[in-house]
Amino acid sequence: MADLEKFRSETRSWLEAHAPKSMFGARGGAQEGVWGGKKAVYEDPDRKLWLDVMAEKGWTSPTWPTEYGGGGLSRDEAKILAQEMRGLKLPAPLVGFGLTMIGPTLLQFGNEEQKKEHLPRICRGEIRWCQGYSEPDAGSDLAALQCKAVDDGDHFLITGTKVWTSYADLSDWIFSLVRSDPNVKKQAGITFILIDMESPGVTVRPIQLISGASPFCETYFENARVPKANVIGTINGGWTVAKALLGHERTMIADTFGGGAGGRRKTLAEHARSHLPSVDGKLSDPVFRDEIARVELDARAFALTVQRTRDGAKAGHKPGPESSLFKVYGTELNMRRQELMVRIAGPQALGWEGEGFEEDELSLTRDWLRSRGNALEGGSSEIQRNIIAKRVLGLPD
Amino acid sequence: MQLVLTEDQEFIAKTAEDFVAEKSPVSRMRELRDNADATGFSRELWKEMADLGWAGIPFTEELGGADLGMAEFVTVLEALGRALAPEPFLSTVLLAGQALRLGGSESQQKEWLPGLIAGEKILTLAYQERSSRYDLASVETKAEPQGDGFLLSGEKIQVLDGHVADAVIVSASASGGVGLFLVRKGAPGMEIIRQSRLDCRNTAIVKLDGVSVAKSDLVGEIGAGGDLLERVIDLATVGLCAEMLGGMSEAFEQTLAHLKERVQFDVPIGSFQALKHRAADMFIEVELCRSAVMAAARAADEESEEARKLISLAKVRCSEAFVLITNEAVQMFGGVGMTDEYDIGFYMKRARAAEMTFGDAAWHRDRWARLSGY
Repeated sequence: MADLEKFRSETRSWLEAHAPKSMFGARGGAQEGVWGGKKAVYEDPDRKLWLDVMAEKGWTSPTWPTEYGGGGLSRDEAKILAQEMRGLKLPAPLVGFGLTMIGPTLLQFGNEEQKKEHLPRICRGEIRWCQGYSEPDAGSDLAALQCKAVDDGDHFLITGTKVWTSYADLSDWIFSLVRSDPNVKKQAGITFILIDMESPGVTVRPIQLISGASPFCETYFENARVPKANVIGTINGGWTVAKALLGHERTMIADTFGGGAGGRRKTLAEHARSHLPSVDGKLSDPVFRDEIARVELDARAFALTVQRTRDGAKAGHKPGPESSLFKVYGTELNMRRQELMVRIAGPQALGWEGEGFEEDELSLTRDWLRSRGNALEGGSSEIQRNIIAKRVLGLPD
Repeated sequence: MQLVLTEDQEFIAKTAEDFVAEKSPVSRMRELRDNADATGFSRELWKEMADLGWAGIPFTEELGGADLGMAEFVTVLEALGRALAPEPFLSTVLLAGQALRLGGSESQQKEWLPGLIAGEKILTLAYQERSSRYDLASVETKAEPQGDGFLLSGEKIQVLDGHVADAVIVSASASGGVGLFLVRKGAPGMEIIRQSRLDCRNTAIVKLDGVSVAKSDLVGEIGAGGDLLERVIDLATVGLCAEMLGGMSEAFEQTLAHLKERVQFDVPIGSFQALKHRAADMFIEVELCRSAVMAAARAADEESEEARKLISLAKVRCSEAFVLITNEAVQMFGGVGMTDEYDIGFYMKRARAAEMTFGDAAWHRDRWARLSGY
């Protein structure tokens, strides 16, 4: 314990000495979240400076081993670092799928060369990653993917289409699932491979959503030559790697919707008060009032459930079955909330752009439309319910 | 607030689960009903449960209690709720017991609580009237001054375990506001008429026709009875929610077992996705209720500012989830679920009765909104 307290005071001193002055208090600002990569544009040079000093220290990925560019911190130390950064209102120096998805997967499944090649560049924010999983004909049934990898000696020739590749237009590398053997059970013929997006034959097209512009893209491969050395795990053994990575992805999505999400947002009641009449502070419309209470109550019960899992983990318990509900309940709750916000705003929620609508009314509309995707991305609600029925409740296939 | 059981709490929960599994199957309730049992529960088991220390959980050691709180008591009530055990915990320990703990004089506590904790005295609280629904302030029963004491007149309904109570604490309106009055069994002018409710919970009408009460039997003060009543009902609501959590867990697990066993079209019906997804939703409901009940119990113990909101949260969630799960259970059991021979119907009836005790979901959503300032 004494060691941890020493670490805390050293960490705080180090942060105070090394973070650019403008970063203190910058947490939660509009610019939060440097994604890095070759195409990154740093409007604020302090952001780049902050990234570089933290990367040098290994603290963009505090718990990764130092030999791969990480900080080599224990979980307890990493928690202290996060607490101290929060205390000083310092933003995360770097975010993105390198740190949250492919990095942990490489640590688990990558060989020494692969780890040495990719992890340090992730830690330094030099390479931005995107994910190539879904295809036009392989959504919920991900294992039905058809993007084909044809054997070409020490390379594969890759041809096919990946869809929902978030930020592919801004990324440098893509981790992808490809069909390396079409003649076996579908899960047994998949390979997990890393592809440099500068390779000839790789093109990207952004996708316009019902809510307007989006980070999503479609990524096309036409005889893209990729070294076999880029395969993670074994050839045709990619499904195991893919599932482990999906676990990281769902944790990330659940974190987004679980518990803490309420903090910065306007409460439903505040929103209602600016659109609906009230008498002595009480909303006059009993139906909306009841609906608001419903969503608030469910949100609180959900947050308490997330807390119960965290408290259990702190007490040394394994995650209980309740953690399997986070993704499905958290996303559906957010969708109900967005929908209620729109209905409370009434005709003022019908704007797309331009005159007659306030900025927050327009974003309300876009946020509601975008929220419809919450129950689709990262495993649809239906797939989540299948998983609960099978893994938690033990219902037969 | 930590939403995790301590080792001591786990031990209490395990003891209660084992005890209920061994000695209190749900068939006990069926036999009591079929035999039209005059007591409606088992005095021997009640004594055994009290000897395990359960009736004394939320009372101080001075009085013979364990000096614990709702966080511990809910683990016991959840286990009892699984088996719909009819012993008088809600009426005696929570309703009357907490009224005496929070509002009773030292001599009232000394007279009643040691016997209550030992499982020898049964007490209850009569707060509900035909027209009051869930409004605790709507009290038509009158307390008129008479000499040094009071004269009570009125009628209370669905008084839990009123038929066997050694004393009934009655809410009544006096000129200075609502007060709570302790009326002893057999008091002249008090008539107890047993009621028959769909869920077999033991209840009675308490008729008061000019019942004399000494000033020393006033619990708390005239005018403060409304606040005291609300605090007591809040604690009882936490207890009821724990019973409901136990009941819905049992109903859900029985349904899950049925889905795996029942074969139609040559396959277990639990392989059908239409039923799987509904089972997944039922699972989610139970988990959310567990979090809400744990939080409400801990907030009540800590007397936190948010306690009332969290208690309403627990009651809303448990009311809706218990009804949903038992409705689904009967549907998934199919025809046999409609027969009296199967236990699942007992849970559906209890869900409805529990929903309408201490305020239903809509009533508590209104209270939540009010406490939240909208």
